[in-house]
Amino acid sequence: MTGLWVALVIAAVGTYLLKLAGLSLPESVLNQPRVQRVAGLLPAAMLAALVALELFDGGAGRYTVDWRTLAGFGAAVIALLLRRGFLVVFLVAIGVTALLRLVT
Amino acid sequence: MSVLAPTERGPIVRAAVGLGLYAAAFGATFGAVTTGSGMSVAQAMVLSLVMFSGASQFAFVGVAVAGGSPFAAVPAALLLGVRNAFYGVVVSEVLHPRGGRRFLTAHFVLDETTAMTVAQEQPPAKRYAFWATGLILCVLWQLGTLAGAIAGQAINPSDFGLDAAAPAIYLALLWPAFKRVAPRWVAVGGAAVALLLVPIAPSGVPVIAAAGVAVLVGLLPSRRRSTERPLEVS
Repeated sequence: MTGLWVALVIAAVGTYLLKLAGLSLPESVLNQPRVQRVAGLLPAAMLAALVALELFDGGAGRYTVDWRTLAGFGAAVIALLLRRGFLVVFLVAIGVTALLRLVT
Repeated sequence: MSVLAPTERGPIVRAAVGLGLYAAAFGATFGAVTTGSGMSVAQAMVLSLVMFSGASQFAFVGVAVAGGSPFAAVPAALLLGVRNAFYGVVVSEVLHPRGGRRFLTAHFVLDETTAMTVAQEQPPAKRYAFWATGLILCVLWQLGTLAGAIAGQAINPSDFGLDAAAPAIYLALLWPAFKRVAPRWVAVGGAAVALLLVPIAPSGVPVIAAAGVAVLVGLLPSRRRSTERPLEVS
């Protein structure tokens, strides 16, 4: 449990220091085209990976599929296609999944 | 700091409150998922108070409770936080924070505050938007986390469909980036690499390997000289 606390504090302080670095580093470092390109692409790759893992990673090296979670996620995709904001996308996703869990 | 007319403040505050409501709901989800997966209320609160960056927080908890070493969760959270450093460049061009003020400004550098700052036309409106959004979001994110973390000890988060919340919100964050070709393929590549590694790599590694896709594509010489910008939020 202590290991978890240590990792948590390192990650939390580190994330804050990254924000501080953006305000403190000379612009010449962060304005390089290659650095900017990688930074622009990092969230795309990692967020997409997190989506895939949340939906299909069952832990302990196994895949899992819960069609009710997938249905909620699908409803969120439709909400995004209809240009809805974060709150609507969020409510649609959990609403559909919760409803399907209740009735099945 | 020059004064902003009350008529100009209204629309900014309304937009910030709208974002704040979503932040409260998402913070509550984070709290419930965190305590629901075995971490304590205190741990959920330290993550929200100090880390204060939704995607990094979810990534940390997701990897930390997956059964491997909790330290595998550190690089996953930090790599997702790299984008905040680039938001900082945008924010400092507007706010020019000096001295001790920089430490407070840094805490509020987020997807939402950067987007709200960039969306305003005039410098006074930009400054007002940054601080109004930052303060409202911070307070509601903490309150949401606390309520969710306490509730998460008593309820099963998946009964409320909360397991669908994180993937839906990540996709919403990604959505504007899909307008361009390179991020779209990097997203597909990142997801594919992460999924392929599930059976063979310890938890935490698949997310970091996905970051490798971004680094690789970003360093490739591009034929079109378009510079990719850090993730835009709608």
